[in-house]
This record gives sequence, structure tokens and C-alpha cells, in this order.
Amino acid sequence: MKTNELTYGVLAEFSNPADLMHGAEKMRDEGFKHFDCHSPFPIHGMDQAMGIKRSVLGYIVFVFGLIGAVCGFALQAWVHTKAYPLTFAGKPYFSWQAFIIVTFGLMVLAGAFAAVLGLFHLSKLPKFFDGLFYSKRFGKFSDDGFFISVDSKDLKFHDEETSRFLESIGGTNIEVIRGE
Amino acid sequence: MTSRSENTYMMPANNYGKLAIVIALIGILLSTFGFVKDPGQFFHSYLVAYVFWVTISLGALFFLLMHHVTGAFWSVSLRHVVESIVATIPLMAILWIPIGFGIHDLYHWSHESVMASDKLLAAKAPYLNTTFFVIRTLIYFIIWGFISYKLRSLSKRTKSNNDILSMRKVSAVGTVFYALTVSFAMFDWLMSLDPHWYSTIYGVYLFGGAYLNGIAMVILVIAALKSLNLLTTEVTSEHYQDLGKLLFGFVVFWAYISASQYFLIWYGNIPEETIWFKRRWEGTWKAFSLSMIAVGFIVPFFALMFRAAKRNLVFLSSICLLLFVAHWMDMYWNVMPGFHRGNVSLSWIDLSTMVALGGLFFWTVWRSLASRSLIPLNDPYLNKSISHKNF
Repeated sequence: MKTNELTYGVLAEFSNPADLMHGAEKMRDEGFKHFDCHSPFPIHGMDQAMGIKRSVLGYIVFVFGLIGAVCGFALQAWVHTKAYPLTFAGKPYFSWQAFIIVTFGLMVLAGAFAAVLGLFHLSKLPKFFDGLFYSKRFGKFSDDGFFISVDSKDLKFHDEETSRFLESIGGTNIEVIRGE
Repeated sequence: MTSRSENTYMMPANNYGKLAIVIALIGILLSTFGFVKDPGQFFHSYLVAYVFWVTISLGALFFLLMHHVTGAFWSVSLRHVVESIVATIPLMAILWIPIGFGIHDLYHWSHESVMASDKLLAAKAPYLNTTFFVIRTLIYFIIWGFISYKLRSLSKRTKSNNDILSMRKVSAVGTVFYALTVSFAMFDWLMSLDPHWYSTIYGVYLFGGAYLNGIAMVILVIAALKSLNLLTTEVTSEHYQDLGKLLFGFVVFWAYISASQYFLIWYGNIPEETIWFKRRWEGTWKAFSLSMIAVGFIVPFFALMFRAAKRNLVFLSSICLLLFVAHWMDMYWNVMPGFHRGNVSLSWIDLSTMVALGGLFFWTVWRSLASRSLIPLNDPYLNKSISHKNF
């Protein structure tokens, strides 16, 4: 081990999605928090197996949607009554009925932006580097490989013990990932 | 695979059916008294109650059509419940008869002297006349009856994918006929109450309310069955959540379509169109209209937004009851302002007709549920439906 090398984590390979799922369950029960599963396709039930809580994205979208709606309505109310009052079709300046469409539109716009940007934020994207890139085998995750990786920042992390644990739950090709 | 025997899935003897018929008889008795006392009020109250219940069975029919057209498997274990609600369509055909007798009380256009003296109405006479009105209603019920009979009899012997495919074919063609007949039925029974007024979105608007409350009825029947400790493992919170999602979607749809109808008329500001909303904005009708928005949209919209709310049957069924209140208000709001001009004027006949038709409705649903297993035991997708999960 060179002096300037960092330990990023441990990577273990599993032979099929079912093994990966059972491995994830055991990781969760053992108390690991910073671990991840990698597979070429989504596996239903994986969130539960990994002990991942429901995403807070829905609440973020709700709040931003509400802000969008309130701003949309307030903007029109201000423009049509204070800033630039014009009469349209003999209707009153404050014609809330006509404001609903833009209000709705801004709610959807703000909600959609919150959904996309919130998703990026919660998934920690964009991400240009990850320690796992030091592994040669890891490229298989987009083809036919099923992996569990444990991040070294997990409180339970210890390179040798974690490697042994991964082996005991059925992992093969255990690799401690080190790099500069 | 666990094999399921027919006997364990038959509904055990219970008093719900008897209770419904007793309530119905009380309602019928009171309504008959109401008819003798005040025929005008009776026919209007009857029409409100009638469209309330008929739209619910039509909503359930649409649920069934969509179930087959989309090839859904999650709702297989609910299918017999939905079909039992659809089984009320023949009852609804019979219950239409009093409206046929009340045509002169209900529909302004049915008086030939009125039609002759009004130039605009005279132009509509080829469509709006008593004979054609009755014939059209007959056609609607023949079409609805045929679709529901066909789907129910095919459902009885479902064993293979071929049976499912033939139900899908019936539903695909049936959906087209359903869309047209429901739209025209609502034009005839409700929109023609004000024969000068017309709105092309009207059929869609009532369809939205119909499907919404059809789903609500499915949930409430499931809640009733659950209260008897039935379908404990066959219908789970995963199914409630999906029903809740549909409910949420159609709360928004109903609000969206009714707002669209209002918005175009408000924008256009043409007197012959705005009169319809003006009548619903006078006196206490204004408060009635506004509270309908709160009960039918604002409260259920926020209540159904949360995942936990959709997965809790007690909460979900209370929202369904609230939606029934909103649906009744909606029907009342469509029928009554022409009869009680200026102010809302509730009558005990409104209640007695609702109770009479509701009792008969539940009695029919319950009889149909008792006549066969509660879930389609031979359906190839039954197990897939029971183990269904939301991700």
C-alpha cells in the first residue's frame, strides 16, 4: 500500500439478482448504512431489502408546487390591479377566474423543476468521480455483474472485517478498492 | 399455488341485504307519500336521487371496461365486487320509469304549446320530443345492459387467456358505445332540464363524477365486506392504494372538467350561456356552489395526496363518503336551480328518494355478491393480483 493511497471501500460480486437481494438484506440487518447495490437492471423490492426509506422528493415537489401557485397568482393579481390595469372584455381588473390557468401552469412548472433538480440533488448528481472506478471488475455492472459496494465512510467499515463479512454472505471476487 | 375452494369464498349469511331492503321499503313508502303531497317536488327529488345512483353504476361499468381494455391484473381480485355494482343496471332501467311519468313535471320542452311558441325550441323539436326521448333512453339501457350482461357472463367462466381476450374485445368496442351513450344520456336527462342552454363538455363533466363515485362505491363495498371479515388477504392495502390513486386522479379530473365548463362560459360571457351559472349564483345557491368546490375538490384533493391516507381503509372510506356528499350536491346543483329559483330549498322528499333508491341499490349489489364467490377463483391472474405490490 502506497502512502498516498486512499481506501474507498470494498466491492463484492454476486452471481444473480436473488443472491444480490439476500446479500442486501443481510447487509441491512448487520447495520451497514453506506452501502450500495449495482445491477444492470432495476430489481423490484430492492429498496426494502436495502432498508432505504421512502424518498422525500414528493414533499419537495409539494412545497415548490405550492410556491409556484402562490407566486403565479400573486404576480397576476399585482400586474392586473396595480402595475398595469387594463380592461379585458369588460371584466373586472381582479378576475381571479382568468388567473387560474397561469397559476396552474406555474405550479406545474415549479413542481416539475423541483422534481428534476430535487432528484439530481438527492441522487448526488452530477458526479464525475467515484472510488469504484478504480476497480477493473466494476464495469460489469452495466452488463452482467451484480455487486454490493460498501463505502469506507460507513461507521462499521473495516477493510478486512467487511471483506470477510461480504464473503460470508455469498460474495465472490472481494476487492478492497484503493486509489489516489 | 394455494388452491382455493368455492365454498370458503361464498359470502356467509348476514343481515346487510335485509337491512337494505327494509330501508328501501321505508324510503319507498315515504316517497309515495311525498308524491301524493307534492308531485313537482317529488319528481325533481327523484331525478336527483336517480342520477346519483345511476352514475355510480355507470362509473363501476367504466371501471370494468378499463380493467379489461388495459389488461390490468391488480384489480382481478376486485372484479366480482365491481361486477356486483354493475349488476344494478337492470334495476336502474326499471327505476327510470317514474321519470318517464314525470316528463311533464320535469321537462319544460315536453309541452307542445311551449315548443310551438318558442322559436329556439321549435328548432330543437326533432330531437327534444317525448317519443324520441323515451326511445333514446331505451337504447342507452339496451347498450349498457348488453355490455354488462356480456362481461358478467364471460366473467363467470373465465379460465384461460382466451376468455380474458374475448372480454377485452367486448370492452374495447363497448368503451366507444359507453362514451357516446353516457354523454347523450346526461344531455337528455339533465342538460335538457334547461332546454335553451347547452354545453358540449357537459357529458364529460358528468362522466367524471360518475367514474369518481363508481370507484368510491367499489371502496365502500370492499369496506363493508371487510367489516364481515371477508377478503382479508385477497384485497390488501396495495389495492387500496391503487384505488386511492384512481380516486385522486378523478377528483382532479372532475374539478378540471367542471372548471373548464365554467371558464369558457365565463370568458365568452354570452347571456344565453351564463344564465345557467347565474341561477346557481343567486341567493343561497352561491354558498351551495362554493361549498361544493370545498367538499368535492379542496378537501379530498389534499386528503388523498398522502400515501398513508390511501393505504388506510377507514380513512379512505370516509373520504369516499365525503365524495358521495359532493356527488349528491353536484346532482342537486344540476337539477334543482331551475325548480327552486333564487334559493336552495331542501325537502324531506330529497332524503326519502335517496334512501329508497340507495336501499334498492345496495340490496341488488348484495344479492349479486351472495350469488357467487367473492373473487374470480379460476382467473389465471388471480394470484398475481393478490400478491400485487406498489413500487
